[in-house]
Formats: sequence, structure tokens, C-alpha cells
Amino acid sequence: MNATIEPLLTLSDYTVRFTTLDGTVNAVNGLDLAVARGETVAVVGESGSGKSQTFNGVFGLLARNAETRGAVNFEGRDLLAMSSKELDTVRGADMAMVFQDPMTALNPAMKIKHQLIETLVIHKGLKGKAAEAEALAIMKKVGIPEAERRINQYPHELSGGMRQRVVIAMALLCRPKLIVADEPTTALDVTIQAQILDLFRDLTADAGTALILITHDLGVVAGIADRVVVMYAGRIVEEGPVDELFARPAAPYTAALLRSIPRVDRDADAVQPIGGRPPDLINLPRGCPFNPRCGFTKDKCRSERPPLADVAPGRRAACWSPFIDAAAGTAEGQHA
Amino acid sequence: MPETLLSVENLSTVFTLPGRALLAKSARLTAVSDVSFCLEEGETLGIVGESGCGKSTLGRSILRLIEPTEGRVVWQGRSLTALSKTEMRKARRDLSIIFQDPVASLDPRMNVGQIIEEPLKIAEPKLLRGERRKRVERVMDEVGLAPEMINRYPHEFSGGQAQRIGIARAIVTEPKLIVCDEPVSALDVSIQAQIVNLLKALKERMGLTLIFISHDLSVVRLVSDRILVLYLGRIVEIGPRQQVFQNPAHPYTQALLSAAPIPDPVVARSRERTALQGDPPSPINPPSGCGFRTRCPIAREDCAKDLPPLAKVDADHQVACLFWTEVRADPALAAG
Repeated sequence: MNATIEPLLTLSDYTVRFTTLDGTVNAVNGLDLAVARGETVAVVGESGSGKSQTFNGVFGLLARNAETRGAVNFEGRDLLAMSSKELDTVRGADMAMVFQDPMTALNPAMKIKHQLIETLVIHKGLKGKAAEAEALAIMKKVGIPEAERRINQYPHELSGGMRQRVVIAMALLCRPKLIVADEPTTALDVTIQAQILDLFRDLTADAGTALILITHDLGVVAGIADRVVVMYAGRIVEEGPVDELFARPAAPYTAALLRSIPRVDRDADAVQPIGGRPPDLINLPRGCPFNPRCGFTKDKCRSERPPLADVAPGRRAACWSPFIDAAAGTAEGQHA
Repeated sequence: MPETLLSVENLSTVFTLPGRALLAKSARLTAVSDVSFCLEEGETLGIVGESGCGKSTLGRSILRLIEPTEGRVVWQGRSLTALSKTEMRKARRDLSIIFQDPVASLDPRMNVGQIIEEPLKIAEPKLLRGERRKRVERVMDEVGLAPEMINRYPHEFSGGQAQRIGIARAIVTEPKLIVCDEPVSALDVSIQAQIVNLLKALKERMGLTLIFISHDLSVVRLVSDRILVLYLGRIVEIGPRQQVFQNPAHPYTQALLSAAPIPDPVVARSRERTALQGDPPSPINPPSGCGFRTRCPIAREDCAKDLPPLAKVDADHQVACLFWTEVRADPALAAG
């Protein structure tokens, strides 16, 4: 990937913490990530892995008790240094977000038309007929049938799939360079999910928009991503091109995650669960955060945290004994 | 020959909705429509379909948690639908249910011991307190909960642990049949596998019969012996797991299977997909004839006339489609 050549978005030593009555929640812990123009990156993890909070922070949408550190660079601008007002010139315009639940992302008391026009007025200075025409064009682009009628309706009059199309239309209004979609199909039925993923695939291919897809669903990832980032306990445990990562996972957590999911295209008697529980973000384990659940734990894993290191061209893993030998660049294959 | 444990005969559940405007006629929503099937002792029937297809209502109507409008549920030769409320209460010790949202389905003011023992108090009122306690501790052990947790409250548990409590409550009366209504949908993937394996193990150990309701086809494939596919409250296909998954006869089943994501990028790219257009129609105002015809890639004039009857594909495999032989002969047909 050309992530190193011309990154669109770079997170460096990015940290998000929440102060709560129970203690400090370490949601994101020193993340380094680069996303290139036009690429589709899937960020995978279970609840509490920090995948959503990372990008909520990028968009300045964290709760008040949050504290961020590090740097977020978007096209040469440091987003963390910006005031909320300055950030408004970037978000919604150059980068847009699509959330899981389209009903809460839309204003229930406003017609679809006005929600779309609002964005165009604020970011592009369009008015009246011009704004309306643009809004209608984008509704058609995301495949909403009878767009002329739909645009005058309220969100509750639309089905879940249609609402998510409207939210995607809103995200596309200003032709952003980056869309971050946080579990955009989790609330939808599979046949509707397939439609929405097709839409994302077409849109990113046509416009060269970079897409960061946050999801827990490895099936969704396999169908859409160029590159995959696996997160655990607020850190990246592995990243790499989608085919290689699925075929030969380098980190034991990735391998365990892949083994734990049943497949619709195969008969199986059982799946292999990951034992134990996700880590407590207030009291993170010493060393590698996955060590209490990992089947390959050694003494070093309990005392020292493994850095995210190159294991093969374009692939990194945070593990003291990854399944891929960095020097040889080949899989040891003991896990397959 | 295994014994027929449960037979559902022409079951329909209709809800009456208040009219939308003053003096407007109330609407009738047919959630479950003329559903018939038998369950043999020890088998697992997977019920699949998209949201609103009536799968949860069907599960609840069988247990009379929702009163069915028409039809009969015959349990070990006795009609459940003819029982009085008190008799039904007694019958419930054999019939249990596990819900989707593990935390919401537990009373927050009761501790774990109280939650698990409650069905036992009704099923075996003569049981002494100490014996009841012993039974509770035994099932806690069976589902993997430490006995020390008996005095703790639901909010202290993670989703996976809470679902173990829900399962313990479901098995404490030593039921013969459990309706599992999306039991793993709210859980993280690594925890899903733990719960699925637990249910499979309990089924073997206790000789349970399961109705497993889920929108997730891969989980259903993993646990079920037979599959029932619902669309708009009606059975569109029912048959052995192998046949339904490997050789589906209904165009809807085909579409559902091809829309389900597969966690393998190479397979995901290469497979043929049936992209269904649009959304399912409203169950308040279903289309004439076949309910699926408005989205079906092979729909013809005849499909609008009458309801397609359940036709026999094989000994134990039935499908409600007039043109299933064509679908079978040429799967690409349904791929449109």
C-alpha cells in the first residue's frame, strides 16, 4: 500500500483517556496509523477495543471527560490543535462520518431535504434551488428510488436501509476525501447490508474517496477492505493487506478471532472460542494486553509490551512471537 | 425412530394495531401466518429470516408468551393452546426460553441466585430452600459461573456472563425444549463462540430440543439440524441443514445465503451474489400471492395470483415457490 508515500490521515502516538469515578479508562493507547488516499481500511475489534473512540476523537466527538494526546494529521493540518469552530470547516466537508444507527444520526423533526440542504448551505454556500438540485442528485446517486418524493419525507417514513442511504448521501454531499463509517450495516438485515456495502464499494471506486470502515464483522471486512487494522485494548495488534492477513494472520489474537467465527459456507461441529474476557481498560494487564487469553504466552509477554513491528512487507504485528518470521518473511504455519 | 415432541399446526398470530387517524379503521398485522412443522426429540431447528419476518413472534407464540390467533401447538400429544393459564404455567417447566439481550432480560433488583431460582419456585413449589439453592449452584456450575457469584447483581456482569445467567435460569427446571431467541446476537464474536459451544454442550448433556432463532445464518448453520426460513410470517422453505445450505430451493433462501458475508476475502470476491433490490413489504399490507414476489428475481404473473403451497423437494425438504424446479436447475437464474 502507498500509505507511507502519501498519507491522507496520520495518527501518531494517539491516546484517548476518560476520567471516571472508577478510575482512568485507557481507551486508545499510543496508536500509530496512516491511511492513504482512496484506500479502504477496515478497523476491526471487539467492544472496548477502542476502534470507535479512536475516530470519535479524530472528529472531535468525544465525551467531556475525555482527554486526547498525540497528533492527528489530515492533509497537513493537525486536527487535535484545532478549535471546534476550525474543525467544523473540515468535518462534514473534507471528512465525513456515517454512524451505526441512521435514526439517531438524522433529525426526526426535519424533512430529508432540509437536512441535506443544511450541509450544502454551511459548507458550500449554496442556496435555494441550486442546493435542492444538488441534494436531489446525491439522493439518486446513493440509489434511493423515487428520490423526488423521498426527499420531502421525514426519517420515520423511510425503512432502515433507506435511512442509511440518506446518511451516506449526507456524508457525500461535499465530496469528502475521507469517510469514516462506524458499523454502518450492523443494524441492517443481511440483504440490505449487501446493498449498502455494494454502494460503499461503488462510491469509493468512482470518487477515489478513502473509507475507514469500523466493524466487528470479519465477513464484512473480507468483502470490502484493501487493508485491515486489528485492534485490542486500544492498540493495533496487527495490520496488513486483507488477503494476507486472513490467509496468514501474524498475531495470535487475529488468528484466534478468525477461528472463533462460524462460516455460512461450511459445515462445522464447533467453533473455537477465545477463553476469558476482554481486558479491563482501567486496569490493563502488564505486558501484552492479550497475554491472559493467549495460547502462546511466554514470560516476556507478561512483563513487556510488544511494539508494533514489521513482520513482512506492508504488514505489522505487536507480538513477541508472531506467526510470521520477520527475517524470513514467511509463515511458520503452526496456527493454520 | 425419535418421537415427535412438538407439533405446530397452522399457527397464525395477528396483532391489531390502532388506526392511525381518529375514526380510522384499526389495522391487522399478520406476524405469523399458517405455520406448521414438527420437532423431534433432541433436534435443533434453526429459524431464520430478516427483521420483521415473524421469527421471534413464532417462538413466543409456541410458548404462548404471545397468544396465537389461530392453530394449535401440540406438546407430547397435548394441545398447549387448549390449556388454561394455570395448566399452562405447569407445562412451562418443560418449555423454556433464552432472550437476546442478556442484561435487559434479567431483573436488575434481583441477585443471580434469585433470578435463577425463580422458575424453580413455580415449577417445584414444594422444594425446600436448601435444595433449591443446591439446584441453583449446580446449574451455575453447568453454565460456567463461579458459585461465589450467586449474590451478585446483573449490572456487575459482562454481556457474555449475563447470558450464562439467562441460560442457567432457562435450564434450572430441567426443561425438554428451549426456544433460543437470538441468544448470541448481542455478544462479541469471541464470546458468541463460548455461548454457542455452551448451548451445544448442554443440549448433548441434557438431551434438549432447541428452537434456535437467529438472523445470523452462519451461527444457525453451526447449531441446527434442520432449517426453517420465514418471510413475511410464512414458511418459504424448511428442510435438513445440509440441503437448505448447499442446495436451497427458494429464491429467497438463495438470496439470503449469498448476501451473508463470508470471512474469506478470496471466496468473498469470487462468489456469485444475488443482490436483492428493495425492502421487504409491510406485513400490514402484504402483496397478493407469494409474499416474496415484489423482490424476487424470477417472479412472474402467476406468482401474484395464489399463495404458493409448500411443495415437496425431498423427503424432509419443502419449499413454497411455484418455480423451484427451475431455481434448482439453474441457480444463476436467481442471481439475475
